[in-house]
Amino acid sequence: MMNLQAVRAIYLFEMSRTRRTLLQSIVSPVISTSLYFVVFGAAIGSRITQIEGISYGAFIVPGLIMLTLLQQSVTNASFGIYFPRFVGTIYEILSAPISFLEIVTGYVGAAASKSIIVGLIILATAFFFVPLRIDHPVWMIAFLVLTAVTFCLFGFIIGIWADGFEKLQVIPLLVITPLTFLGGSFYSINLLPPFWQKVALINPVVYLISGFRWSFYGISDVDVGVSLAMTCVFLLICLAIVGWIFKTGYRLRN
Amino acid sequence: MRLFATPGEWSFRLHAPVPPAVISIEGLSKTYASGFQALKDINLSIRRGEIFALLGPNGAGKTTLISIVCGIVNPSVGSVAVDGHDIRGEYRAARSKIGLVPQELTTDAFESVWNTVSFSRGLFGKRPNSAHIERVLKDLSLYEKKNDKIMTLSGGMKRRVMIAKALSHEPEILFLDEPSAGVDVSLRKDMWQLVRELRDSGVTIILTTHYIEEAEEMADRVGVMSKGELILVEDKTALMRKLGKKQLTLELSAPLAVVPASVGGYDIALANEGRELVYTYDTQAERTGITTLLEELKRAGVSFKDLRTTQSSLEDIFVDLTSR
Repeated sequence: MMNLQAVRAIYLFEMSRTRRTLLQSIVSPVISTSLYFVVFGAAIGSRITQIEGISYGAFIVPGLIMLTLLQQSVTNASFGIYFPRFVGTIYEILSAPISFLEIVTGYVGAAASKSIIVGLIILATAFFFVPLRIDHPVWMIAFLVLTAVTFCLFGFIIGIWADGFEKLQVIPLLVITPLTFLGGSFYSINLLPPFWQKVALINPVVYLISGFRWSFYGISDVDVGVSLAMTCVFLLICLAIVGWIFKTGYRLRN
Repeated sequence: MRLFATPGEWSFRLHAPVPPAVISIEGLSKTYASGFQALKDINLSIRRGEIFALLGPNGAGKTTLISIVCGIVNPSVGSVAVDGHDIRGEYRAARSKIGLVPQELTTDAFESVWNTVSFSRGLFGKRPNSAHIERVLKDLSLYEKKNDKIMTLSGGMKRRVMIAKALSHEPEILFLDEPSAGVDVSLRKDMWQLVRELRDSGVTIILTTHYIEEAEEMADRVGVMSKGELILVEDKTALMRKLGKKQLTLELSAPLAVVPASVGGYDIALANEGRELVYTYDTQAERTGITTLLEELKRAGVSFKDLRTTQSSLEDIFVDLTSR
């Protein structure tokens, strides 16, 4: 039987941390994204009229949401589990009658909730800047949730692996951000030369952005089924690694 | 060897049976990834309702032992059962009975006292219970600080918060890892009182300490660890009786070069450059031999201007055991 009280306790505790740092958690990403709209949408977008029939400003909205969602998911989840390790309060989690599934559900659930809230706020902000339409709202929410959960799991793994703040930052800065920028946030990979299109397909973020953009405008760089499958594969890989961490006690019980 | 107990002993055994073990540790060893062997084949039973003090120098393995029982560190070999529940196979049942106050003051600095204690209760699967949290905070004189952020509290208050967190889920077993570290005398006395009250309410207490007086003051039984081994487990009073030595020191009127031959049969030695004679004797013996010794010394013409007796403390016994 699941220890739902523990899941609830971890979730609420993490969410209360978000409320304490509202400026950093919510306001900061919204301002950053608004700046992207100003720079890419207004300044550059005025020179690029349309991509696949969509105005450039509207075209980049799914990519911008995905960019923030990935960064927020990884940062929130990695910090969420790394902080108790760093200050030592992790002892309480490890000595409580909780399974790894419950710990992950609490931490990843809270981190994903926060990322999704930020994603939806950015979406709402985008309505002020560009004309938007969402062709498949259910799929849009599904991609949003699936991506947030997957990358929160990835962030959770980083938070366990990191043994210092530098390592905590290195993956979001040196891996996630470049992959997102190169994954078609601000352009369609169909605009790339054929060789670089093939190279781009190695980037897992391409599938996330493509699927997410399809839920808005019905256009995609890769088949939406492939996008969904790739996201699920990444989710399963992350789940398997988290399971291994708790089974072996890697960086936690040794 | 006596085959039969005296009637008094039988009466004691019939009326005061050894309480059942609430924690059973068998063949427990721990080797860290670095190759350091922190625990070597530990076998130990903690009785229900007792206060058990685990003594040992730094690096003896006390915290590793506690951490394994509480689920924080994985054992390499061996088994641990808490109230009959294996800590790995039935970890939920085992851990739900334990409260842990760690050595370090590890707290959520930005959280309020109330929130962090309530969080601990939730982690252990207990429904929110304001009345219980309020009672715990009042018992620890923390209620007035319930809305204060932990970072604003003094070290002693933080220590109380750690105890409140451990008690938030009403544990049957409480581990206190160096509870008096960095705590002033007044708070230490308060904590001792709290520990006694918990024991009286049926909670089993296991504490590690560097303060021997803490163990001497509170413990029912004492375990001594050294270099990863449990080298002794003994009833505290029995241990002091068994290993405790008493010494009579005579301050001589005039220094001696050698011990007079007439008292050579006693466990006696010269000290302080011949100005003192130190006689070590067994406190449990029917006769201490002091009267005869003094008569012998008088006959040998040895006079003294003062005398004093000292008895070995648990600390002396501990130092003696761990330095072997």
